[in-house]
Amino acid sequence: MNEPIQVPPEPIELETRALSVHYGAAAAVRDVSIRIPDRQVVAFIGPSGCGKSTLLRCFNRMNDLIPGARVAGQALFQGTDLYGRDVDPVDVRRRIGMVFQKPNPFPKSIYDNVAFGPRINGFRGDMDLRVEQSLRRAALWDEVKDRLNASALALSGGQQQRLCIARALAVEPEVLLMDEPASALDPIATQKIEELIYQLKQHYTVVIVTHNMQQAARVSDWTAFLYMGELIEYGPTKELFTNPRVDRTEAYITGRFG
Amino acid sequence: MTGQPSGVQRRPTGRPTDAVSDVPKDFQPRLRARARAGTVFAGLCFAATLVGVLALAALLADIITDGWHRLTPGFLSGYPSRFADRAGILPALVGSGWVLALTALVAFPLGVGTAIWLEEYAPDNRFTRAVETNIANLAGVPSIVYGILGLALFVRAFALGRSVLAAALTLALLILPVIIIASQEAIKAVPDSIRLGAYALGATRWEAICHSVLPLALPGILTGTILALSRAIGEAAPVILVGALGFLAFVPKGPLDGFTVIPFQIFSWVSRPQVEFQELAAAASIVLLVMLLLMNGTAIWLRNRYSRKY
Repeated sequence: MNEPIQVPPEPIELETRALSVHYGAAAAVRDVSIRIPDRQVVAFIGPSGCGKSTLLRCFNRMNDLIPGARVAGQALFQGTDLYGRDVDPVDVRRRIGMVFQKPNPFPKSIYDNVAFGPRINGFRGDMDLRVEQSLRRAALWDEVKDRLNASALALSGGQQQRLCIARALAVEPEVLLMDEPASALDPIATQKIEELIYQLKQHYTVVIVTHNMQQAARVSDWTAFLYMGELIEYGPTKELFTNPRVDRTEAYITGRFG
Repeated sequence: MTGQPSGVQRRPTGRPTDAVSDVPKDFQPRLRARARAGTVFAGLCFAATLVGVLALAALLADIITDGWHRLTPGFLSGYPSRFADRAGILPALVGSGWVLALTALVAFPLGVGTAIWLEEYAPDNRFTRAVETNIANLAGVPSIVYGILGLALFVRAFALGRSVLAAALTLALLILPVIIIASQEAIKAVPDSIRLGAYALGATRWEAICHSVLPLALPGILTGTILALSRAIGEAAPVILVGALGFLAFVPKGPLDGFTVIPFQIFSWVSRPQVEFQELAAAASIVLLVMLLLMNGTAIWLRNRYSRKY
């Protein structure tokens, strides 16, 4: 029983079956089958170009927006094929939110950044309350409550990233995909984001791509190691970091390559 | 010590250095010569600026000395006359205003719409590239050609006659390429991360464009549009072909009325032999320049206002 790719306990939130992604002729992700447990934090690690961001973007169909990207195999969200014929990517992206590597607030006020998603999705409740709740969940409320109408671009990088998280939470997603959310931030801001991720898993399934192995070890429950587009090893984080089952995983996490 | 005009003392490094200076072997920093090259380049750029500024100053001085004393309230509110002392430019002023407003009304939505389609919707194929190349070429077509087109299409085929509307449509075609290209550049400059941020929240393509891309591109689009309109307001050739009237005793009241515009008024006055009419032309040029100044001022104000907001 030394299967390198382990199966987490039910319930499963996201799953891929023999998923491959090609950009033109080049394969970025090859034949990946992985299961993401509900309301846990899963980290994707691996050297640059290993396909971890591409795999992440399959879950909210952001690859659709890249010309020449082709997806084969299946990606399931709560058992439904995300690439099924009657699935609208716009709806998928509301339910599976995303935070990007570089903070990308809209050039609007803090308030309007958070309210944007609810507005386009026809939110009919109390918008002020929704904005406040979202900012509180992203641990940003206390820092911005007196200047909600100030430009989002006036915030620091770390605050901008938490605003982007608040913005994603405002549309009540079920999953939050994070593509190296702290790689552009200083250590203090990074720590805040990590604490936030820890709290978010009470309500959301979080999938995080990171270059930083300590970060993966600190925040995640499960870790997947990808190399050259293939899933090499997947297991509980503690186990993968202390007792990897594949030599290449061990070589990577001990810093012998990558 | 030629290599070290800055006088920085180096600690001996033990590496092989030039015998005379302390510069490492194989390096020739030539700091003084490089600094001089920089100064020369700055000087050349300044000289280039000076050419334009001096030419403009000479032009201004010339028309102001010629036309300033003709610039009276009566000149602004008067109608053309064969007596220079009674001649005014009210019909031309109002005509330019009409033409400008209608041109903007037609060219802005068409130009921005085209730019949005080309940048955000059009697939990157041979057809799109052909369209883009042709638009760039159209920007270089002489304005008189647009006048011929306007005469054939709007005046005759559409039977609009020699009207404000025919002129405005002609000028709209003339400046359309400029607006399209300026708007395309402004839209291109919006970082992709903004679009992706909107998509990731479940925005449709239209919502991403309308709420995220266009607000950011708007200052650039407005600047380009107003610069294009400034060109339209100064054009005489196409307006002559479409049938501007040299001697207009009334003010146009609707889009289908006959009209004249300031550049054509200037042209018809300049072509007269009497000195008085030359002075009137200079005075009308001042009015045109003030209009242009106001428009460009508006462009800068709009740009600053929208870029400062966030």
